[in-house]
Amino acid sequence: MITLSTVTRRYASDVAIGPVDLDIPAGGITALVGPNGAGKSTLLTMIGRLMGMDEGRIEIAGMDVSTTPSKDLAKIVSILRQENHFVARLTVRQLVGFGRFPYSQGRLTRTDEEIISRSIDFLDLTELESRYLDELSGGQRQRAYVAMILAQDTEYVLLDEPMNNLDMQHSVQMMKHLSEAAAELGRTIVIVLHDINFASHYADRICALKDGRIVRFGTPEEIMVPEILTDIFNTPIDVVDGPRGRLACFY
Amino acid sequence: MERETQSARTAAEARAAEAQSPEAPAGTAPSGTVRATGASATDVPEAVVHRPVDGRPGGASATGPARAASARAANMSAPGPSARRRTPPVTSTWRPAGRQSGPMPSAPARRRYWIILGVLILAALGFAFGSIAYGNPMPVGSRGFWLIGQMRATNLVVVLVVAFCQAIATVAFQTVTNNRILTPSIMGFESLYTLVQTAAVFFLGMGGVVAVTGLWQFMLQIGLMVGFAAALYGWLLTGRRGNLQVTLLVGIVMGGGLGAASTFMQRLLTPSEFDILTARLIGSIANADTQYLWVSIPLAAAAGGLLWARSSRLNVLALGRETAINLGIDHRRQTIVVLLLVAVLMAVSTALVGPMTFLGFLVAMIAYQLADTYDHRYIFPMAWLTGFVVLAGAHFVLKHLFYAEGAVGIIIEIVGGSFFLFYILRKGRL
Repeated sequence: MITLSTVTRRYASDVAIGPVDLDIPAGGITALVGPNGAGKSTLLTMIGRLMGMDEGRIEIAGMDVSTTPSKDLAKIVSILRQENHFVARLTVRQLVGFGRFPYSQGRLTRTDEEIISRSIDFLDLTELESRYLDELSGGQRQRAYVAMILAQDTEYVLLDEPMNNLDMQHSVQMMKHLSEAAAELGRTIVIVLHDINFASHYADRICALKDGRIVRFGTPEEIMVPEILTDIFNTPIDVVDGPRGRLACFY
Repeated sequence: MERETQSARTAAEARAAEAQSPEAPAGTAPSGTVRATGASATDVPEAVVHRPVDGRPGGASATGPARAASARAANMSAPGPSARRRTPPVTSTWRPAGRQSGPMPSAPARRRYWIILGVLILAALGFAFGSIAYGNPMPVGSRGFWLIGQMRATNLVVVLVVAFCQAIATVAFQTVTNNRILTPSIMGFESLYTLVQTAAVFFLGMGGVVAVTGLWQFMLQIGLMVGFAAALYGWLLTGRRGNLQVTLLVGIVMGGGLGAASTFMQRLLTPSEFDILTARLIGSIANADTQYLWVSIPLAAAAGGLLWARSSRLNVLALGRETAINLGIDHRRQTIVVLLLVAVLMAVSTALVGPMTFLGFLVAMIAYQLADTYDHRYIFPMAWLTGFVVLAGAHFVLKHLFYAEGAVGIIIEIVGGSFFLFYILRKGRL
């Protein structure tokens, strides 16, 4: 479980995130949604200890993120940001191998190698594993990053818009991979999503943010209601029953 | 534990066998992922029937899908989200030979690395022998030959130390700053050195050059440069919102300010004083005094050795702040430690032979290309050797062919500068 209590970060006297109180239960996919500037990514980066907070406390599986050594947290929680740019030239397998760093400190054991192979296979990168990252398409590269995060083998996985820049096919594939990871590998995934329909279809829980505060937290059924969505996103939204579940229409 | 793995393995094998039969026409099966299309999204994922069918690129090798299928089968053991996260059982049944990670992606790459390293070692030995033997009046191998050689060998040791310092400092600096077009000299070390030298001549006249030579003065200069760096990093990086980019910018601005102060003083010098000063300010192997080596070698070895020992952490730092933190690195602490070690190396090199702005850059750039790996354990030796070959080569050519021993810095800056331009324009990638 991820527990946030009175988490606050101030930018200016009138711009702040929080105070946020939230319990994200273990297991399944939790989607963070909301309009631009609502604080989704900021909240995620604070949970992932990439950014400090001004007040409050975040606990992941009972460990305080600001006091627990980064080394120990790396075996419990992993985070992937939107933009990843590396100076060094890496192959897919080398990148995924870095996911084992918290365990092996750079000296990969046989077990590490097998977990690396499995993560690569899990994301269908088997044929691409010896390619360099700069030879891959955006979607393949994104999958390689996710494979690295999975190789890190943490109970909690935080992803910041992993579908950014992916086309429809790859977005759907990515979400399928992630729901497989949640279901089959028992990971707890917290994901920032822009598209409410993706959240509605793949997430087990939706957490809606607006102006730095949490306005709704519930199952997709509870959130996928026209009035609620309209209020969250500041734009008229209808919800229709599509052939594959509820859809938000806002065009 | 043993038994668990064992039983898990057999289970996995059984599932693998199961999975393979319906999986036979892999990639063509339209059954797709039965992710309860009509059902609402909140269905507990337990209801999800997973079948490993997806957009695998066509023409997969014969072993590919089967391997992936069995791998997936091994992964499918977890029942649902309520179950604790599990690491799927480790089996060796499906692991094909040769799927290895490592600093070199393939055996040819590994071979290439060692061949290049061997060639560099030969070139280094060649230049080393050349500078001892070239124009040596005594017959090769005689006692007199080695006596003369010993005197010349001091220069080689200086080259070895400077190449070590510059190469390792630059590679490590570029790694922590995540930027391959920076060199540590922009942090103001060289401007500080220039200022000290200029100030000595400005205030003490011709005698000033003497006043800043000597073992104590040498150590004082190193201390001053490292102290300057420590103060800068300590001030700018340890703050709550400490930021590497701001630190670099402040370093550049301060370097510029110190440089301006030196230039101002140089304008006021007499031509003869200026002439003497210039000789000190162009990087030159001849600047080094043998007694400095007793301080320089241990300092450089300690700082460089510590960096070398941190290779695997440097590899992770090279992935950027966020990825490094995610992988459990205390990014701020590691950055400061690395930058301080870099400062020691740069201070030793600068105090020993004077500013060499482009040497480190040139050497690091070549070393990345030659080593072609992310792993600092392999980049560092390559960079050191490259540095030695470049510096010893320049020294040899200048000393014996042009009789202009003092000007190694000039040739390296010309060659380094041109190489930099050529490289950037041609490749467009660092």
